[in-house]
Amino acid sequence: MRFAGLLVMPAGFFLSIAAILLFSGSAQRAAFVLCGLAVEAMGLVVAIRGHMQLIRNPQRQDFDPGISGSANQ
Amino acid sequence: MTPAALPFSETSFTLALGLLLLAPLAIAGVALMNAGLGRSRSAVQSLLGNLVVIATAVIAFALVGWAFAAGTPPDHVFYMSGKPWNWAGTGHLFLRGLDSEPAHVQLTFLFEMFSVALAVLIPWGSGADRLRLPAGAAIAAAFGAVLFPLVAHWIWGGGWLAQLGTNFSLGSGALDVAGAASVHALGGLCALAVVWIAGPRKGKFPHEGLSTAMPGHNIVYVLFGCLVTLVGWLAWNMAGSLLWLDAPPSALVVTAVNTVLSASAALVATFSVTRIRFGKPDASMCANGWLAGLVTSTACAGVVSPPVSILAGLVAGIVTPLLVELFELALSIDDPSGAITVHGAAGLWGLAVAGIFAPRPGQFLAQLILISTLLGLMLPLVYLIFWLMNRVLAFRVDPDGERLGMDLHELGGNAYPEFVVHRDESYR
Repeated sequence: MRFAGLLVMPAGFFLSIAAILLFSGSAQRAAFVLCGLAVEAMGLVVAIRGHMQLIRNPQRQDFDPGISGSANQ
Repeated sequence: MTPAALPFSETSFTLALGLLLLAPLAIAGVALMNAGLGRSRSAVQSLLGNLVVIATAVIAFALVGWAFAAGTPPDHVFYMSGKPWNWAGTGHLFLRGLDSEPAHVQLTFLFEMFSVALAVLIPWGSGADRLRLPAGAAIAAAFGAVLFPLVAHWIWGGGWLAQLGTNFSLGSGALDVAGAASVHALGGLCALAVVWIAGPRKGKFPHEGLSTAMPGHNIVYVLFGCLVTLVGWLAWNMAGSLLWLDAPPSALVVTAVNTVLSASAALVATFSVTRIRFGKPDASMCANGWLAGLVTSTACAGVVSPPVSILAGLVAGIVTPLLVELFELALSIDDPSGAITVHGAAGLWGLAVAGIFAPRPGQFLAQLILISTLLGLMLPLVYLIFWLMNRVLAFRVDPDGERLGMDLHELGGNAYPEFVVHRDESYR
């Protein structure tokens, strides 16, 4: 799920680049760039949710999260 | 942003060189904060690691990275829709010819070398208490050789982000006076990737209940680090204004004023927010707020007015403690130094401020494209590189090493050998 989110993020970047290539009006460009940023934000949310799933499901994670008690200094 | 190749007056050159010699104080301050925010059983490893990652990154940048970062034509360019897209420099590997370059080019090399040194401390701080020294060095090498040089070239070396102004009439191109994008935002994104890959510290997120509080072991280091960073940041922002904005020396006073105002406003805001939320001000969070204010000023101190700097700092100071809490409690991101918020989010905020309040039309759009590039292109690239590196060289220390502490496990000695080591209840 984390990879899925990270794979979505470049789509937002290319949307931003397409905005300045395809349009000359500043309003259209701004709208497209904001859409690109929104896509990136969605990808980031998916990636963060993937991270949270790994933390909560120790069977699926590739690191040892520590699941017990408190830790001292 | 203007390319780096503008010749300097003698006064500007001398001033920039003098300021750059003070810039390492920012690095020292961040290193102190990293050490203080970690655990006592990892203090030596943290401080030694700071030196190791700085040394590795600087060497990687000097031998390989500078060749991509340098803005000396002809660069690697491709054409799309009739516009040139300058994506990498074509300088010499292994610093060949640097001694015969003009003095201002040597000065830009020095600036970028210090920038790399500061930036690699950011992921190292986030990986505290579980990131191994060899992994830190590998991360620093990748950062110094590839990641930083690309972004630095795009913004400071006359790359495609710098040319957004001339090619697409977007203000003066992407604006980053002293490294908010290439140092702080990129470093913050690297920190996020490191935290994702290395995972949280053992015991940080129990199955039930809230996350475990693991406060920094020496808040005096942290707060003293804040004071030290101020000197370095003043020098950094002023040197950046001279180098990348071609600002006259007389304009530097406002840059310095903006830097102090931004940090001060952020501290006041964080102090107030934590006082309201917890009943008492939180010292480590206030330190994070102060640093977030400084990071915000990195992008905009040279281009906005003092009232705007106060506003930018206030917003950074309000958002920082809330975001640190959100990351830890709601999103299960274990970031001991708060670097993802302090450097990543505050850096992106500073870039946006520079666009919102810049006098030129189209500047905000250029800044948005810069932010989009960092999030949409660099974060996946950073994660991919680090993920592959983790397959070869494990980032995370083994559970036994984490139980012993990084000092004993990796270095064989403690920072505070006279202290009694208590039994750790979490490993029964």
